Amino acid sequence: MFVEAGHYALTLALGLSLVQFLMPLWAATVRDEALAAIAVPAALGAFACVTLAFAALTHAYATSDFSLVNVVENSHSLKPFIYKLTGVWGNHEGSMLLWVLILTLFGAMVALSRRAVPSRLRHLTLAVQGAVAFAFLAFVEFTSNPFLRLNPAPFEGQDLNPILQDLGLAIHPPLLYIGYVGFSISFAFALAALIEGRIDAVWARAVRPWTLTAWVFLTLGIAMGSYWAYYELGWGGWWFWDPVENASLMPWLAGTALLHSTIVMEKRDALKVWTILLAILTFSLSLLGTFLVRSGVLTSVHSFATDPTRGAFILAILVVFIGGGFALFAWRAPLLRQGGLFAPISREGALVANNLLLVTACATVFIGTLYPLALEALTGAKISVGEPFFNATFLPIAMPLLALIPIGQTIAWKRGDLLGTVQRLWAAYAAGLAGALIVFALVRGGPVLALLGIGLGVYLLAGSAVDIFHRAGGGRVAPGVMLRRAAGLPRSAWGTAIAHAGVGITVLGIAAQAWSTETLAVVNRGDLVNAGAYTLRLDAIFPRTAHNYREDVARFTVLRDGRIIGTLEGSKRIYVTRGMPTTEAGIMTLGPSQLYVSLGEPQPSGGMGVRIYWKPYVIFVWLGSVIMALGGLLSLTDRRLRVAAPVAARGRLVPAE
Amino acid sequence: MLIWLIFALMTGAAVLAVLWPLSRAETAVAAETGDAAFFRQQMADLERDREAGLVSEREAEALRAEIGRRLLRAARGEGRRGPEGEPALRRRRAASAIALSTIPLLALAIYGAMGSPHLPQAPRAARMDGGQLDVGAAVAKIEAHLAQNPGDGRGWEVLAPVYLRAGRFGDAARAYQSALDILGETPARLTDLGEAVTAEAGGIVDARARAAFERALALDPANAKARYYLAVATGQDGDNAKAMDMLQKLLADAPADASWRGAVEQRLAALSMSEGASAITSLPQGEQALAIRGMVEGLAARLDADGSDAAGWARLVRSYVVLGEEEKAREALAKARSQLAADPASLDMLAALARQLSLETDATGAPQ
Repeated sequence: MFVEAGHYALTLALGLSLVQFLMPLWAATVRDEALAAIAVPAALGAFACVTLAFAALTHAYATSDFSLVNVVENSHSLKPFIYKLTGVWGNHEGSMLLWVLILTLFGAMVALSRRAVPSRLRHLTLAVQGAVAFAFLAFVEFTSNPFLRLNPAPFEGQDLNPILQDLGLAIHPPLLYIGYVGFSISFAFALAALIEGRIDAVWARAVRPWTLTAWVFLTLGIAMGSYWAYYELGWGGWWFWDPVENASLMPWLAGTALLHSTIVMEKRDALKVWTILLAILTFSLSLLGTFLVRSGVLTSVHSFATDPTRGAFILAILVVFIGGGFALFAWRAPLLRQGGLFAPISREGALVANNLLLVTACATVFIGTLYPLALEALTGAKISVGEPFFNATFLPIAMPLLALIPIGQTIAWKRGDLLGTVQRLWAAYAAGLAGALIVFALVRGGPVLALLGIGLGVYLLAGSAVDIFHRAGGGRVAPGVMLRRAAGLPRSAWGTAIAHAGVGITVLGIAAQAWSTETLAVVNRGDLVNAGAYTLRLDAIFPRTAHNYREDVARFTVLRDGRIIGTLEGSKRIYVTRGMPTTEAGIMTLGPSQLYVSLGEPQPSGGMGVRIYWKPYVIFVWLGSVIMALGGLLSLTDRRLRVAAPVAARGRLVPAE
Repeated sequence: MLIWLIFALMTGAAVLAVLWPLSRAETAVAAETGDAAFFRQQMADLERDREAGLVSEREAEALRAEIGRRLLRAARGEGRRGPEGEPALRRRRAASAIALSTIPLLALAIYGAMGSPHLPQAPRAARMDGGQLDVGAAVAKIEAHLAQNPGDGRGWEVLAPVYLRAGRFGDAARAYQSALDILGETPARLTDLGEAVTAEAGGIVDARARAAFERALALDPANAKARYYLAVATGQDGDNAKAMDMLQKLLADAPADASWRGAVEQRLAALSMSEGASAITSLPQGEQALAIRGMVEGLAARLDADGSDAAGWARLVRSYVVLGEEEKAREALAKARSQLAADPASLDMLAALARQLSLETDATGAPQ
């Protein structure tokens, strides 16, 4: 009964979101606020209904109710309980329900944010949000319904795949979805502004927390996915420029640009049209990402045909919202009042450059991801666009972008003094140069690009420190006063500095991979293999049995300068009753660096094929991303986001000199 | 019935929630939700923050001016608000009517098409009685035991049928194979393996299964299961006549009380159906035709005992036509109609069948 009530709630949500979509639009044409206010309870009701539906599905998974097709296909009564629950969104239907749940949750939050968003804007935003929710609810109901029943019900489910029972895999999709869906709110705000024909700093204030939330979660989601691929796939890589990864990177790049252009709008009332365009673009790329991952286009253009209704439905959603969004933009954007002017050399100018570079970077990823698909669809030729392409196109755009970060952080609004800014940053340049030289001296050479990366990373870290130092009046006031001032700086200033420092740490981690080593060897007992400063000695290859699998384990002793510092085990596992083999990489974390062992095949000669990687500072890659997200979260807690204060903001940013 | 009551309550709650803002006077709503109210609220927040020392006096001054400017603009905008009174009232009634009708109609129409309100929940624990409840745990225990001692053939042999019953055919086949490898070949183990492999292939007897059955037959020429599946394989290869021949021989050798007779008869009936009339006429006269007749009689007896099987009735009618006994076919058709009177879909199917077999050309054949 709970299951059917959940299903019915889903159809009710469909009706509620239709009302949420239509009423405010009608109300806007006749200027009737009471009519528009219907959107608020409709959004709350839709959220309550979808929550009920999701709870019903979760309950069915928890109790192994095999009268649901979805549960039969994706669960099994012997799964550990926690994986029964995560299995709810571990499949297409359930994950789309989760998507809709997050969508309506955000809608409900907008409905309740009475103190942050003026009512007319809020109601129109809810209308657009209602349209998106309606489309996706219909998608779930008609093409991906998790509530379809089986009668008679089988006694057992079909999925007990041990590889998919992984916590990283369970957390990754919700993070990513919160990111994707969060951008739908920015999109809804943008369209609402276009419909209303008015956009100002209040709009930017209202939309910024949503963009920031989405960005934080997308950052975490991408980092999580990257780490999962690193430890689970056993290839030793952390980013593969795989289309699935690119599908999440594109909205991230556009979203980062949106985040920064919103700041310009909020502080200076400028870049309005551009910000609106970016908001539409970011959500379009989120939708595109969903389409690529969910329709099966990625595995092959031809597998798209195996489930045509699903793919065609998402494609229709894509066309309506992207096409509709841009059409509305073309029609209404010229009506928007243009905002403040600024000199090219100013923080606004730096942020415009940041936006252009980010959007260009996004375009290269877009081309690298979609061109092979288009080519295959048109000519049937399969080409692979991988790392060389992205290294040649993405890096030359990313590098100046990174170099620009500390300058944009330090330069004044409206009319900046480039020379002064550069002078203020001398310490950061010096630190970057010193960093690159020290590394050069220590490792005796290395690729130019990697040294450049090290320099950039250190420069970014130092730039963030210099920024905080100057804002706190460093050099002009006593150190004690400076510390007090630094502590009193707004959280958004600290958030900016921390997030940019996070970028620096990630850049350092990436650059350091130039010095990683990969050794392929066939080893016998007692053999020694070198990896970085460490030596691995194969002690034993032995079989071991655990609860439901057997594995062949290769145990290495790790030595440094002849001193034993630990043991490291890699294994090849076989889940006996299913006859399914997996490879478990052995990872030893040594400070920020890692030793990584992946077993190959046993050789006829008696040895064991192994791959041994030394990954210096590899943790920095993900640590930096987490720090970026933390910076975003800190900025989110800044209470000033809720009050419009452009005048005060300017006064605060130019230090009293 | 209860479920519809729940649906009604849910619908009522959803509709009432949506109608609530409409029931309030517009001035009250505007006072609470208008843009001017929003900026007045901000002004109040600012004063509170200033008193709490969160905002400096200088900042507060600038903020107050900024918020004031926006408040003025918003207040001007609200002056242009639509007129209160008759049109607004009518509009609100229309909106209520739309919400009141759209939400339940949309929900009911879609749910009616997609939902299964009559199906009860079937959580696994509730469907298992005490004895069976432990099957999962027992399987896990045996699996763990086998992971430690993969050489225990008995363990595999115990586990395999449990897998088979649970629908994990691939796992069952692997378990039977292990038992076979460790304990050696017996006809029973070979046929069990073949059966599991066949089940995994969705009922197709593939090369691997076939090899197992042939090996079993070599060890025990009378093995009924092996003979049955080899006949099925022959049928799948397209040689229906030979398959039927094999099955009939099997039936002839079978003890009268063999539990699997029914399965063989059903397969035979299915084969004869797919062959149609041509297959029957191509058969030599004599015992084989008699055997088919016996099979049809069996089906008729079963349907007399339990007449709810529409497909069975159709097969019976068709069989009589094939055997040339139109009178009996009509009789069976009439019986089927009376048995399935409550089921319009089956009645349609029977009518279509009757037309197809031209059983209703006489006076009783008025369109139903």
